Amino acid sequence: MSGYRLSAAAAPAAQIDRSRPIGFRFNGAAYRGYAGDTLASALVAAGVSIVGRSFKYHRPRGVMGTGFSEPNALVQLGTGARTTPNLPASLVPLSEGLEARSVNCWPSAAFDLGAVNDRLSPLLVAGFYYKTFIWPSWGAFEPFIRRAAGLGRSPALADPDRYEARNAQCDVLVVGAGPAGLMAALAAARAGARVMLAEADQRSGGGLGLGGARVGAGTARDWIAEVEAELDAAANVTVLGSTAVTGYYDHNLLTAVQEVDEPGLRQRFWKIRAGEVVLATGALERPLLFAGNDRPGVMLAGAVRTYVERYAAAPGRRMVLAANNDAAYEAAFAAARAGIEVAAIVDERPAPGEAAARAADALGLRRVHGRIMRAIGARGVRAVEIVSAAGTEAIACDLVAASGGWTPAVQLFSQSGGLTRFDEALGGLVPDRSVQRERSCGAAAGVFALPACLAGGAAAGAAAAQAAGFEPPAIAVPEAEDHALAPAAPLPPVPAKGKVFVDVQTDVTVADLQVATRENYRSVEHVKRYTVWGMGVDQGKLSGANGVAVLAAVQGVSGAEMGMTKFRPPFMPAAFGVLAAARPNGALFHPWKRLPAHLWHERRGAVFEDFGWLRPAYYPLAGETMAQATAREVRAVREAVGLLDASSLGKIEVRGPDAGAFLDHIYAGPVDSLPVGGVRYGLMLNELGAVFDDGVVARLAADHFLLTTSSAHAAAVLAWLEDWRQGEWPMAVVIQDATSQWATFTLSGPRARKTLAAAGTSLDLSPAAFPRMTIRTGEVAGLPARVQRASFTGATTYEISVAARSAERLADALWAAGAPFGLQATGVEALEVLRTERGAIDVGIDTDSTTLPGDLGLPFGGKACDYLGKRSLTHPAASAPGRKQLVGLQTLDPLQTPPVGAHVIGGVPHPSQGVVTSSQFSPTLGRSIALALLTDGRSRLGETVQVWSEGRVWPARVTGLRFLDHADA
Amino acid sequence: MLLIACPWCGPRDETEFVNGGEAHIDRPTPAESVSDADWAAYLFFHDNPRGWLAERWVHAFGCRQWFNVERDTVTHEIRRVWRLGEPRA
Ligand SMILES: [Zn+2]
Repeated sequence: MSGYRLSAAAAPAAQIDRSRPIGFRFNGAAYRGYAGDTLASALVAAGVSIVGRSFKYHRPRGVMGTGFSEPNALVQLGTGARTTPNLPASLVPLSEGLEARSVNCWPSAAFDLGAVNDRLSPLLVAGFYYKTFIWPSWGAFEPFIRRAAGLGRSPALADPDRYEARNAQCDVLVVGAGPAGLMAALAAARAGARVMLAEADQRSGGGLGLGGARVGAGTARDWIAEVEAELDAAANVTVLGSTAVTGYYDHNLLTAVQEVDEPGLRQRFWKIRAGEVVLATGALERPLLFAGNDRPGVMLAGAVRTYVERYAAAPGRRMVLAANNDAAYEAAFAAARAGIEVAAIVDERPAPGEAAARAADALGLRRVHGRIMRAIGARGVRAVEIVSAAGTEAIACDLVAASGGWTPAVQLFSQSGGLTRFDEALGGLVPDRSVQRERSCGAAAGVFALPACLAGGAAAGAAAAQAAGFEPPAIAVPEAEDHALAPAAPLPPVPAKGKVFVDVQTDVTVADLQVATRENYRSVEHVKRYTVWGMGVDQGKLSGANGVAVLAAVQGVSGAEMGMTKFRPPFMPAAFGVLAAARPNGALFHPWKRLPAHLWHERRGAVFEDFGWLRPAYYPLAGETMAQATAREVRAVREAVGLLDASSLGKIEVRGPDAGAFLDHIYAGPVDSLPVGGVRYGLMLNELGAVFDDGVVARLAADHFLLTTSSAHAAAVLAWLEDWRQGEWPMAVVIQDATSQWATFTLSGPRARKTLAAAGTSLDLSPAAFPRMTIRTGEVAGLPARVQRASFTGATTYEISVAARSAERLADALWAAGAPFGLQATGVEALEVLRTERGAIDVGIDTDSTTLPGDLGLPFGGKACDYLGKRSLTHPAASAPGRKQLVGLQTLDPLQTPPVGAHVIGGVPHPSQGVVTSSQFSPTLGRSIALALLTDGRSRLGETVQVWSEGRVWPARVTGLRFLDHADA
Repeated sequence: MLLIACPWCGPRDETEFVNGGEAHIDRPTPAESVSDADWAAYLFFHDNPRGWLAERWVHAFGCRQWFNVERDTVTHEIRRVWRLGEPRA
């Protein structure tokens, strides 16, 4: 192929701006194009005939299509963090300084060492992955295969670009702004509906925009401009250009990716909930099947026409058109008008349409009834071989425009759940029955004649508006020339020497499909996965219909019987960045939950970790390791006093006359018998009797309870309570999550009481007036506070809650008051050690989904009423021998700390008797301690067991849960 | 993504809701007189039909109310939404 830029006179209707030249680099070399070019059109005009190497055989490839339909010119765009792999060059608008490389070649597209694969092709037949790389393992071959058969490279750096997400609603969404889509949008807009019109291209009009045809009183271009102006001016219409609709989901939710030309903003992700949808997605041209149909210089006929007319880019100097439909003739006409020599039109049909034949004859073009057999020339077409009644003939040319007909783009329709029907005349699927509130029109519905497209679009837009509740408008459909886009079915290939590609992007040939069939891969889905047909970047947009036609011929069935592979979103590749745009939190899905005194902890040098909330893990002093800091913090609690931010603990308030009775149904133990001011430990069970959450219940008043849940379960417990209140026990109770309203600090240790007294409080702290497991309301450090005495660590503990906004004031007051008593800030790491020393469980860590209260040695029941899980606890299985029970473990070597997840081994028949759930080195005891769920554990106290992990074994003694006596007074 | 009409708030995206499984499953009581078989049926043996299913949803990121939805498990079409306590038919 020897492409060149057409003069303004040769391409009068081109939509490039010759006054704005643009410099860009491709595979390291500098080129120039114009504003309005795509990278592909600029490369065609620059005469770059080889733009990449093929996926498997590394054959040289040139630009073949436009828009979504470019299988070969896949480029890696940009460098460093701003690099994007596998972009079709035809979808990349040219911009100053643009830098692109071919994705699958080494060392260069023009000279590729991998091309040896082309000679080795007998080894690379269908299913070669499965057949060849068996010994010694796939892993031994994978790195080489990935390098040889890969596509582009993912960026190694974080994406520096910004993406934006928008949610939108409209009455009518029109997808595609070709003639049918424009008419649909116009009709719906005139009815007064809120209309959105999305078009993937930068320009509307679709194929109509190329010029030539007459619509209404003027040219097609005039008509498009008129419609655009009316839509732009209408307040009820939003036109989204450069916006590809990528997915059609349930209940008319569609997603779209919009290219944005704003500094710092790359793309916008749209989620559009539409009352009604009009699909005017057009059709995709099919390549022809002949030997060498992948050679540089072989292009889709529609692409040749588009490059010539829209971009003034001549893809060659001497062209042969090979086609089975009249529409393709436009490519020959466009080429001839632009001064490109048209050597012949080779039509597979005995009789082309009259208008097409007449127009060809008027231009003096040679017409042949025959078939193209072969394109000759490895690095670029030099000639084609055709057969006709006159025999075999070679025609010299450097450009082959090929068209095997058009396939309606039913991808979105199919995603919507709509049922398709195989149209034999068309050789492709057409929409048959809608499932969602949607309708197809134009080429997407298998309608190709221009007047019918305009009329069908108007009707679809009016019907959509009416279905959305609007008066259908009176709309005149403009007169238009019939382009006679007669559809045609793809023909099976004739046997020929050389590779006939069905899917040029994944290098799947007719022979591969025959092999797959011979090996009994019959279903299209199986053949697809076995051969990788249709699994490339374009997801079979070019190859789908041809593949079905070949398989149908090989298997001797109809196309309808053969079926088509499932269409799945996205319609075209989308960057991860844009899909994540609705979650603008870096690498995270959810925003961080920060404690109200977060900054206070930062000033104390806290190391934060993600515990659902961002919480201080430990507070290292200069030079301290995590273990050293944790040990110091633990000692402070055992010997002096420690300060812990417990604000993340869930706090749920339950109020109302039935509050006590309601909670008796929820907890496994008694609640309503609690006196005002009392606090009680409680377990919540699910209906299987398994432990769901634990925490303490405090009674603030006869009709007012405060529930403390574990940090991670606050939301789940709230939902749980609401579920049972609304669905089972509709009692006079109000439930509220107060977690974020309060900041909670705990003082723990033998000097906790003195510290709290020094901070100043209105409460009588004497053990007689304020004993363990009670709650009091008063003032601390001048702040209204709730103070609860419940201990997770076994040390004397005061849990002080104040309004969240006062978090730092409380922390400052306690910090200052505790200084003389050796107060240390303590983090979650220390807390984990402290609670393990105490044998206090962490639900979800020391329990699994089968753990019953009895397995933990915890009491339940003690009340007359029904409660959640009660019935399951009386099932024989709940008290059968062989249950996993929580016990302590002490390794015989006290300095060895087995990992969490280590197994207790030695059982018969199953070698695992249980699993270590918590394991710590206790600085207080100077030895390791662990908790384990062990089969019949509580009847095995004192026994020595073997703890195993990854080949290491630690003998350990089974103990009770409490490693440390209670010191809370 | 489904569009669910909360009977208290109106139509909202599915992301605001949490599914609670099949609706109208009676919890057998009192615990003392429920057979093992009846209790197992309550816990484990639900319908899971192909087609219309009455199920519970909660507007978790909205009014927090539970309600019932009749949804086609194949097409995801929703044909009826009703509040707890209202009759099924
Ligand atoms: Zn609601």
